[in-house]
Amino acid sequence: MPDGLFLDIVDPWINWSWLSTHVPTVLAAVEQHVTLTVIALLGGLAISLPLGIAAHRWTTLRLPSLTTFGIFYTIPSISLFALLIPYTGLGTITAEIPLIGYNVLILLRNILVGLDAVPSDVLDAADGMGYRPLARLVRIELPLALPAIFAGLRVATVSTIGIVTITAVIGLGGLGQLILKGLIESFHTPLVVATVLSIALALVADLGLAGAQRLAVPWSRGE
Amino acid sequence: MSILAKVVQWFTDPTHWQGADGIPTRLVEHVQLSAESVALGALIALPIGIVLGHFGIFGNLAIGVSNVGRAVPSFAILVIAFQVFGLGDTPIILALTALAIPPMVTNSYVALREVDPDVKDAARGMGYRQLAQLVRVELPLAVPLIMAGIRTSAVQVVATAALAALIAGGGFGRYIIDGLAQQDYAKEFAGALLVAVLALATEVSLWGVEQLLVPRGIRLLRAPAGARVRTFKTA
Repeated sequence: MPDGLFLDIVDPWINWSWLSTHVPTVLAAVEQHVTLTVIALLGGLAISLPLGIAAHRWTTLRLPSLTTFGIFYTIPSISLFALLIPYTGLGTITAEIPLIGYNVLILLRNILVGLDAVPSDVLDAADGMGYRPLARLVRIELPLALPAIFAGLRVATVSTIGIVTITAVIGLGGLGQLILKGLIESFHTPLVVATVLSIALALVADLGLAGAQRLAVPWSRGE
Repeated sequence: MSILAKVVQWFTDPTHWQGADGIPTRLVEHVQLSAESVALGALIALPIGIVLGHFGIFGNLAIGVSNVGRAVPSFAILVIAFQVFGLGDTPIILALTALAIPPMVTNSYVALREVDPDVKDAARGMGYRQLAQLVRVELPLAVPLIMAGIRTSAVQVVATAALAALIAGGGFGRYIIDGLAQQDYAKEFAGALLVAVLALATEVSLWGVEQLLVPRGIRLLRAPAGARVRTFKTA
């Protein structure tokens, strides 16, 4: 068979006419992807912030919480999804429990690093100025820990965007659903589109958070 | 019957312990795929990270490769490898190797960078040449972080190897994917347990190897490995 003939029937990596007629499908996938990611990040923050503050204050909490979430973090997502399915079915809850748990570890580590790094003379000065513990935490310690927390948030965001694709296995997936479609139908276009968009989403989110960090913590431009 | 009782029954069924779909065969497949990929990845990544770290060059590249690695979905890499190379172990190993490389490059770079400059000066002053200094002074000090990178990669590879069942690969992922397809929750749950245990066993055993490899002299003054280089999760 001449090469040219063979090439003609090969599926191109991008079929523009499929893409142009499937913009709504792709946008819906992006929307689901973003939604799953945002829930995972907010859930991770909601657990890790109080836990991190508590573990910073009561150091006996530190090892148990880091170990528990460390073990959870080591367990592959596909494994956790499959362990949860008999209890929480196929759906958002099954997807979010592992994603949130992973983010808790990443954020918890960074919150502790950030709070630990607050210089003790700053704390002394705050005490001397009459700050009560809660006011000192909210107005002095947390703002100084923000660069480390932002660093954790960026890592958590980029990781989550990648792992969300795996939730295609439990019927969600966002862009992962398009990767699965590309696999099942041996059709390259959705696969390539979803891969590129997933990477782009991660980069945009990372840059966005970097920008937000500059606004929130203007004194840490160097990081 | 509760799901856990069914899972216990699944594990005690002797037919699940023999043949091509038996636990021992699937274990060997999973470990083999993972070990080959991590070894291949280490052969590529460690020399790059060590050389860049020793000379302190291309630091942005060595660090950035992990950021890019995090952003690329492991599921997509597997499917792309499958579309390009077709069925078999080759696409799986290539995809897993690609995933294994970034954390190992970054960690070995950081490991060499973090060697105390005073120690390097002392080595130079004692007459060590470049290579001897690298091999006999810097590398032993860098072992904890280099091993942490290998461990991170290995756990991710074991996790992603479970996904390889989606592209017709073997290993414990088969039980999860087949169990889901057959709506056999006991099988799917048992597979998930096996994958989880294998990932944890990988982490613990490589941590053990790390303890053995860390030179006795530096075990005492060992600083905790930086948090950011260890947070690498793609599957």
